[in-house]
Amino acid sequence: MKSITRSKPLEEIKQRLAKCRQVYLIGCGTCATMCRTGGKSEVLDMKQKLAAAGKKVTGWMVIPTACDVLTRDALKENAKEIAAADCILVMTCAFGVQTVARYAEKSVYAAVDTLFIGTEETPGEFIEACLQCGGCVLGQTAGICPLVRCAKGLLNGPCGGSVDGKCEVSPDIACAWQMIYDRLAATGRLDELEEIEPAKDWSTSLSGGPRQITIEDTEEKTESQD
Amino acid sequence: MKAGTNLEKILASGKFAVTVEAGPPKGTNPEVIQKKGNLLCQYCDAVNVTDNQTAIVRMSSLASCLLLKQMGVEPVMQMATRDRNRIALQSDVLGAVAWGIGNILCLSGDHPKLGNHPQSKAVFDIDSVQLIQVLKNMRDEHKFINGDEISGEVPLFIGAVANPFADPFEVRVPRLAKKIKAGADFIQTQAVFDVSRFAQWMKIITERGLDEETHILAGIIPIRSAGMVRYMKNNVSGVNIPDDIITRMEKAEDAEAEGVKIALELIAKVKEIPGVHGIHVMAVGWEKKVPEIIERAGLLPRPVL
Repeated sequence: MKSITRSKPLEEIKQRLAKCRQVYLIGCGTCATMCRTGGKSEVLDMKQKLAAAGKKVTGWMVIPTACDVLTRDALKENAKEIAAADCILVMTCAFGVQTVARYAEKSVYAAVDTLFIGTEETPGEFIEACLQCGGCVLGQTAGICPLVRCAKGLLNGPCGGSVDGKCEVSPDIACAWQMIYDRLAATGRLDELEEIEPAKDWSTSLSGGPRQITIEDTEEKTESQD
Repeated sequence: MKAGTNLEKILASGKFAVTVEAGPPKGTNPEVIQKKGNLLCQYCDAVNVTDNQTAIVRMSSLASCLLLKQMGVEPVMQMATRDRNRIALQSDVLGAVAWGIGNILCLSGDHPKLGNHPQSKAVFDIDSVQLIQVLKNMRDEHKFINGDEISGEVPLFIGAVANPFADPFEVRVPRLAKKIKAGADFIQTQAVFDVSRFAQWMKIITERGLDEETHILAGIIPIRSAGMVRYMKNNVSGVNIPDDIITRMEKAEDAEAEGVKIALELIAKVKEIPGVHGIHVMAVGWEKKVPEIIERAGLLPRPVL
């Protein structure tokens, strides 16, 4: 699983930092490094840009995995430089920004937009893989998710806009249902095309505040490992 | 009879049906839709009202259908799943039935990115196949999608769309079969220009006997100019236009006359294809030509049942 990010425009960042003269920078060695939005070179680049905009960067670090709780220790280790700053500019995905915000007693600003959970298909080319809808249909759709791959999220086959394997929305988008069809055909499962997929239960998705679960036997397992 | 609408009666009696599309206005003037109703009512069995077609905001399909209904013109109400979730869709079905609208056509709808509000959030809570299922369940079981009881009857004649010209071709009959299984009583196809591909699709349908389980209306778009046909070929997704039709339109001295001639030829050809139970004319702004086309196609007078 990778959290795919894109840098916010510098103008927007400068606007957010209008009240801050001293800034501390945090990058991430995992997803943001891979997306070239918050690795060491991007952090150093940001440092220069902020200096050019009249800000002082009191310090910076690239946390190996910013979403991890170890971020708390990293913040403690660099407490002095962070204390000298008016705010922290976080160049990680939203998970990292939230982790830093949770443990740092400073204003926190995001330098990147978190776009989706995806994979790197070819170097530098990322594509969304999972909507995290809470009701997986991949077993019915030959391992290709129509909820993220189909522009309309159709569960019962291609719409009338599928032409030459492309989506009606853009020739740059592959038709999910063409891909599903090809894979069903390759695995001798074409008969499944006529099975109706019922209306989806979206209550496991975008409804009712943050989604959370508790894995019940976690404590016991931890104890037995000890 | 499921809803007892004029369209249902015509199709059930085995007569060749004619429906015509009427797009609502991008404004509040009721006369736009009323004029179309007046112009078309003698030339078709039902007037089909689009639901924010091509994802461009227009007067709602339900309100436009009511305007037609008030004039005594039978509407087919289109319902796209793009803009409303299952709560709003079912609610609008109840309202439509209360006003005596019996023909409802289900579709997913063009993506908002193709329309004039590309920033909007597409809903697609359910898809077109599931909407057909919802309507059938409301009619036959008197139940909402969640299983709750509906009070009162829900007489509906349920329509759906099919595009034999989209890809992959091999999916197109299974997808139709799925819509029939879900409950589609009639089907409107995308505009037919490529008659051989349409006939190929119809052949598989008749071999499977699917034409006896639903009523297929072949889509017809009369072309007005060479520019329009080129535009459609390049910009309207899933429309397949053979080169000879484009050449004919380009060479024609009187393009409009040639366009009518092509439409008449297409109607004559699809009428002969086994399993085709009617036509659905989409005049896209050229409604005034429809009476002439229907008359010259020998489809008048429309039967009164």
